[in-house]
Parts: sequence; C-alpha cells; structure tokens
Amino acid sequence: MDQIFRIYEDKFLKSGLADQGTPLLGLLDARLSWNRDDKACAVLERLFEHLNINALVFSQPAEPYRSIVDYLAETSGGIIFPGDCESRTFLHDLPVSFSFSLESIILALKERKSVIIPGQGIITYGTVGLEQAYVTFSSVCFACFVKFFSDYLFDITHGKINNIRQNLFDLLVKRLEPTPCFKTSLMKGPFDSEISVYQAIQEAGTLIVKHRLVDSYFGNISFCYNDTLYISQTGSSLDNLQGFIDPCPLDGSSCTAVTASSELPAHLKIVKNTENNAILHGHPRFSVILSMICDIEKCEYRGQCHIKCPHERFVCDIPIVSGEVGSGPYGLCNTVPEAIEGRPGVIVYGHGVFTAGKTDFNRPFKNLIKIENDCRTEYFNRIRSFHRYGRR
Amino acid sequence: MYGWCGKIAKINLSDQTWSVETADPEILKKFIGGRGLAGYYLRKKITLNWDDPDMPLLIFTGPLVNTRSPTSGRMTIMSRSPLTGTVGDSSVGGSFGTELKKAGFDGIIITGKSHILAGIEILNDSIRITDARHLAGRETGYVNSLLKGKGSRAVIGPAAENGVVFSSVIVDRYFAAGRSGIGRVSASKNIKYITVKGTGKTKIFNAQDLRKAREDVFRLAAASPVLLGEFGISRFGTGALYDLMDARCMMPTDNFRQTKFSHASFMNAHAFKKRYAPKKSGCRGCHILCKKITKNHTSIPEFETMSHFSALLDNSDIHTVVRANRICNEMGMDTISAAATLACFSEISQKRLSPNEIVSLLLDIGEKRGLGAELGMGAAKYAKRRGRSDLAMAVKGQELPAYDPRGAYGMALAYATSTRGGCHLRAYPVSHEILRKPVATDRFTFKGKARIIKIGEDLNAVADSLTACKFIFFAASLEEYAKIYTAVTGIKTSGQDLFKTGERIYYNERIMNSANGFTEKDDDLPDRFFTSPGYKNTSIDIDPIDRKAFLEARSNYYVVRKLDKKGMPVPDTARKLGLVIS
Repeated sequence: MDQIFRIYEDKFLKSGLADQGTPLLGLLDARLSWNRDDKACAVLERLFEHLNINALVFSQPAEPYRSIVDYLAETSGGIIFPGDCESRTFLHDLPVSFSFSLESIILALKERKSVIIPGQGIITYGTVGLEQAYVTFSSVCFACFVKFFSDYLFDITHGKINNIRQNLFDLLVKRLEPTPCFKTSLMKGPFDSEISVYQAIQEAGTLIVKHRLVDSYFGNISFCYNDTLYISQTGSSLDNLQGFIDPCPLDGSSCTAVTASSELPAHLKIVKNTENNAILHGHPRFSVILSMICDIEKCEYRGQCHIKCPHERFVCDIPIVSGEVGSGPYGLCNTVPEAIEGRPGVIVYGHGVFTAGKTDFNRPFKNLIKIENDCRTEYFNRIRSFHRYGRR
Repeated sequence: MYGWCGKIAKINLSDQTWSVETADPEILKKFIGGRGLAGYYLRKKITLNWDDPDMPLLIFTGPLVNTRSPTSGRMTIMSRSPLTGTVGDSSVGGSFGTELKKAGFDGIIITGKSHILAGIEILNDSIRITDARHLAGRETGYVNSLLKGKGSRAVIGPAAENGVVFSSVIVDRYFAAGRSGIGRVSASKNIKYITVKGTGKTKIFNAQDLRKAREDVFRLAAASPVLLGEFGISRFGTGALYDLMDARCMMPTDNFRQTKFSHASFMNAHAFKKRYAPKKSGCRGCHILCKKITKNHTSIPEFETMSHFSALLDNSDIHTVVRANRICNEMGMDTISAAATLACFSEISQKRLSPNEIVSLLLDIGEKRGLGAELGMGAAKYAKRRGRSDLAMAVKGQELPAYDPRGAYGMALAYATSTRGGCHLRAYPVSHEILRKPVATDRFTFKGKARIIKIGEDLNAVADSLTACKFIFFAASLEEYAKIYTAVTGIKTSGQDLFKTGERIYYNERIMNSANGFTEKDDDLPDRFFTSPGYKNTSIDIDPIDRKAFLEARSNYYVVRKLDKKGMPVPDTARKLGLVIS
C-alpha cells in the first residue's frame, strides 16, 4: 500500500491540489490502511463501515483553492451549485457539512461523491481506488475556482460584492500562479513514423500539464497520421501517456478506440472536415470562466447556455460555442469542428478550449497558451474597467 | 403504491390454477424486484432439485420497469440452475418485463408441472394455461411468430425439451435469457411459452424529479465512449469490445489455450457491420440500442458469441458465427456455454472443428442426436465423463465467457466468487480493468480487488433488481439511480442505501448456494489459468495467474464479504442484513 500512497501524495503535490503532508489517504481491502496517522482517522475509518467504498481522501486543498472552497462553502447554505460542464455532468452539486461529525459526513457522502467541511477540508471517495477519489477532489477544486471567479465577475457588474468577498478576491489574485509562458518549441512535423507521433503526443501532454492548462491532468490530445487518429485514452493522465494512446483508423475498421477520450467524435470530425491533424483540448481556467459570462439579459435560453445558446459569442476573437461532453444531440462534436475552421481555437461554454494545427503541436500549444493568457488579461481588464467606471 | 404493482401472480401447473399474492411492501423495499425479489422467493425452495415440481420458476421485473427510467425495460428469470446447481438466473431485455408490469404484476411464480406441454397466456389480470402440444419440438422463431398478437413472448426451443442443461429462454425473438439453463427448468415444467400483454400504467411518485434524474443519466451516457461514442455499443453492438479484448491480449482462443486470435481484425464488429449492415434495435425504453438486427431479421451476435464462435473455436468464417448464433437462438441454447462446450470437445478430441462441424454439432446438441446428447450436458460434465475435467473451462459448472482471466485479475476473482458460476456480469470488472470507467485500475494485480469485486457484485445485484441495464453503469452510478428510484417509488434512498440492498441480495444468494453444499472449493478457476501462459510478445506477457496471490485475494474477499474462512455465510452478518440462516 505504501507505494500507492506515495504515488498519490506526489500527485496531490505536483498538481497543486494539496500541500506536502496534508492529504490523508485511506484504502480498504481486507484491512484498512492509512498513509499516515491522524486524529481524523478515528472518524473516517467508520465511513468505511457505513459506505460501500474502498478509498478515501481527506485533505485541506492548497491555496488558492482552500480559501475559495471555504468561502463558497460558508456562503452556500449547504450545497454549492457549480455551473461548469464537468461538475454538471459528473458531480451534479457539492454538499457541505458544517461539522466534522460522522453522521453529517455520511449523510452527504451517501448522496454525492464529495463533501466539503469548511475550514477543515474536502472528503472524497472511490469505489475502485484512490484514483477515483483523486479525480473527484481535483474536480471539486476546479469547479470551485471557476465558480468563484465567474460569480465574482458577474456579481460585480450587478453591485453584489461585499467587503469580505472583495478582500478575498484581492488576496486570491495575489496568490494566482503566474501566467503560462512558453518560448521554446515542441517536436516539429511533419512526422515520418508512428513512433514520432506517439512521442509528439506525449511531449504535448506533458507540457499541457506542466503549464496548468488542464484541471489536474485531464484533457485530451490527438494526432492524425496515415489515416489513423492517435488519441489519448479516456481518463488518462496527459503527463503520462505512454501506453495510453489509442490508434483509431479513420475508416472505422477497428473499435479499439472504444477506450479513447470522450471527445473522440469531435477530434475525428475536426481531422475529417478541416486541414488540421494535431488537436489539443485543455481546461484552462480563465477561458472557462469568461465563457460563462454573458451580457445578454433576458435570454430565453438562460440556464441552458451549455446546450442551446443560439448567439454568436466571442471572447478575445475566439468563438464560444455550446456543447456537452461526448456525443448526443447536444454534444460538442456538433459545434466545435465547424467553429474551429480558420480560427486559433474554440472555447466550449463552461468546459474548455480546443486548438488545432496542421503538422505538429507547436501552433495548437501556443494558441492554447495565448487564448488562456488573453482571457486572463481580459478578465482582469473587465474587473479593472468596472472598478474605474462601475458602481462600487 | 408507486413503482411496483404490488401484485405477484402464482401459477400452479399441477392443478392448473393461479392466484394473486399481494406483495409485502417491506419485502419490496428489502429486495427491490427483479433478481433480488426472485431470490427472496427462491430461497424458500432452494434445496429442492431443480426439476422438482415444487421448484419455482420465477419471472420478476422491478419498480423502474414500465416507467421512463433509462434502460429499465428488463427482467430476471430465476430458478435453481440445472447446469450448476447454484442459484440460476438471467437478466433479459425485450418488452416482456414492461408488458408484465402493464398487466399489473411485479412478478410470476410458477410451480408444479403440467401434464401436457402447455403455454401460459397473460392478458392484463387474466391468466390462461393453454395446450401447446402442437408446438412440441418447434424452434423459438416459429413459436415467436405464431404468438405475435399475444404481446411479449418468452419461448423455449427444442434444446430445452431435449434435455440440454444450458437451454435458454428467448424473449421477443431476439433477446436471450441465456445463462444458467433456465430454459431447461421451463421444459421440466412442460411450459413451452409464456405471453403477456397489458394496458396498465405504473404510478410514478414524482414525474418532475424523474425527468431531472433522467437527464443526468442521459448526459453521462452521452459522455461515455463505450455507450454512445464513435465506437461504442450503440453503433457497433456489444461486439465493439472484440477488438479491445484482442488488443489487450485477453481474447480466449482455442479453448483458452491462447489469448490472442490471429484473425481478429477480420472477424470484428466492423466486419459484421460491413457484411450485414444491421440496424439499431434494443430493449423497450432504452436509448442505447445495442442490439443489431439485419433487414431480414438476422440478429448480429453479441460480443461473447462473436468471440467464442470465432476465437475460442479457432474459426475464421464470419458467416459461421452468424449461423451458430441463429441456431443457438432457434434451438434455445446459451451461446457462451454452447461454444465453450464445443471448444472443450475440440480439445479433448484433438480436432479443430470446421465451420460445417460447428453447425452440425450445434444442431445435434439441440436435437439430442448422437454425440450431441453428451455435449448437451455442458463442458464440465462432458469433460468429466471423458476423464478430462481439466479441459472444461468452467466455474461451478458454468462455462466461462469471453474475457481471459489471465488478462484481468479482477475478472479472475469475479469468475471464482460469482454466485451463478463462470460469469462476467456479476461484478463486471471489465468496466474499470479494461474500459477505464469510472477510472482505470491495474488489471494485472489482485491488490485492492477483493473489495472492488464485492462492491461491483453489490452494484449489479441492484441493477438487476431495479431493473436497469448493467451497461448504463459504465457511465452512471447508483448515485443517479437512487434519485430515479426515489422519484419513481417515493421511497427516500441514496446510492449507498441501495448498495446495502445489493449486499443483502448477494448474501442471500451465497446463503442459497451454501445450503446446497457449495464451499470455497467451488470458488475457484480451472488449473490452466494458474499453470499456462497466454500470449507473449516483446511488449506484453500474459502470464499464468499466481495461485498464491489468487488465494490471498479470495481470502480477502471472504473477509470483505463477511463470510467465514471457507466462504460460508455467517448468521451474524445475515442478521445484520435482515436475513436469516436456518
């Protein structure tokens, strides 16, 4: 067990989700094991008696998540309702327990995959291992980050920001990581072998994670070579793609890619309908945040923007489209491929960014960074502009 | 009552009578429906021989059936298995479950034995037992066509009448209750067919909450590559898994002597689609539509059938796979057991079967002709009779499906602990070991798998009881289905509460098996998997399973499942789950 615990302690640290020594990790097979002693174990081990789970994470998130999660939890009234796509699809909502009591935690975890205890941390669980608990923890942090900053921008324009929130915002801005910057280059195409393609995908994946252009390490990457689309597998870590790339023949002659990313339909349509061969999809935060800010008031589709937005929207000249994960009538595979033609990229409402290039990942990677940096700049421009001219 | 009808039809064939039992709401809450409720009623008679007239044949739906709950048009048929002697059940789709609910019943309990070959016809609250002697020995397709105006049809074929212990029940022509030999139980009662037609509605507690919960499930399904993705089962049928199993080098080949099939790329779902151009079809009320049927009503084989009638028999003729599937369905035989029994025969006789031999042997089994009579006993009994028990790839007497356990250790453990013998669906670890859902697990380790398998077993016991299709749980979880259950029944519950119910249902099955003498000796795999390697090349070695690690995982499973060291249920755990061990 020790080796598994070290792997996940390292993941929490590297992804900036928790500080060194903070995560408390529990795994149950025939016996229950913890990664370290902690007084919380006495309560948490009883969760395994009440819940049909095999893995548990309890941790204070690292800053800036910690302050954000605590603020949202304390002001939530018991449940946080994030608006981003991943939360809407997989988490639904985020229950809060205002005490570290067994009963209250059980009540929340019986219904949902996580529970936030303000001032103390987040508890998540897995039924098939720590990875599941880790993914949920990451998604909670991402959802809260996006919600805090998008709510702030929306509310400031409606005069709803109080001093506590303003002070927290100012503090968080100081704690934000520096804007991603990339000055060298990735492997140059055109590639002349399958091996080069695998290497190029792995290199791009590692850099996307390193530059924090995804939440934790999720997103997807593909490259089309010799009529085969090579694409990262669903739920794979973009910084560890060796052995986790599915070849998908464009003629559909093999279903091996049934384990490919959920966004395979969009990737396929892009390579089939445009001249692009290299596709990146990440979840850079300020792109996601800005995509959720819409000035159109009294829109009949309010609340359904993610699936039915009929308006042509842009941020920093990048189109924002509706679309949900995967296929289906509202799938982003129906909106992204068309919108990306002749553009540096596309932002999917509340979800993330797609970029594409012809011969290698240089252009899409640089565009991914540029879109995020432009969105971040635009976000703070809007805040500044409001401070200068607004009602506060 | 919301969700349930609250009525169970009890039919006694010996005296040709029927009555209606009012279901106890507490029992419904404890066992839900489908497999859980059928198990509750089976428990009372489980130590009888499978062909004892008092042994019930149970057909149960669940509270979600005949509502707008996603993938809920299924039911369970259960009895004691003639093949294994264990609990024997099969979840099946089509529209029988829905029609049964429309007729006003949550389930049917059939006991006794008809003095002539008979049919049962249910039309709303009226039940008729009919003379079916004119249908003796007729194939399922013929009987199905004849009865088309009578609603949904569950039919047995000649195989069941001729004593084949892996006989199936075919529902609405295309849907097989294949495993466990349930068709043979029906034949032992002299029941050729059951039809049901109803016009009633199932009352829903909160339609708005159901709509919201449905949307959540639909969204998850749309995000699932294996369900609605470009290469998922909605487009290609369950055969979508074929390439993956071969790519992961865990495709049972040549009676499990190999784990990779050299002709796989020509025998995959794409090849079937190209050759037969099937259309989407599926169970009543399902939006995934994984069943593939051609214009001339030929059913494209499911993944297990596709794999076993090709790789397992070293057959590279795609048409033979389709023919074999059709023969099994017409004769009313489980395709997995039929193919695995032929593979066992092939190895024992040291003879590779030609396409014609595959077809003629299947017909011989169904008609109980020559060697077919012997093969109709299933691989385990056939191999034992030939003094080669080691060559029957079965657990508890049920032939193994198309996932080689050397390529996925959770599956190895799940095969061993399954309450109905060699079965992939009880815990369905393919979800995380191969399909990476909800997240990927390491398929080559037993570490942590005991509890994971136990959780999977509980989950699928709930799915089979609600009833919902197991495939939807590649995407959704009990978290979403708890909302659906509450919206339909009005009973406040949570995913974790449902897990507890699943635990009760599974433990009840362990109790039944232990009452019939099943112990840890039966929770085991054929020796081959511990001694012989599978495929090897420069990038992967499919090694034999480390027996010590397997036994340790099995012991861990007993701890996690709260059984004793021999795998036997204990009174204290039973009591805590609201069960009694007599």
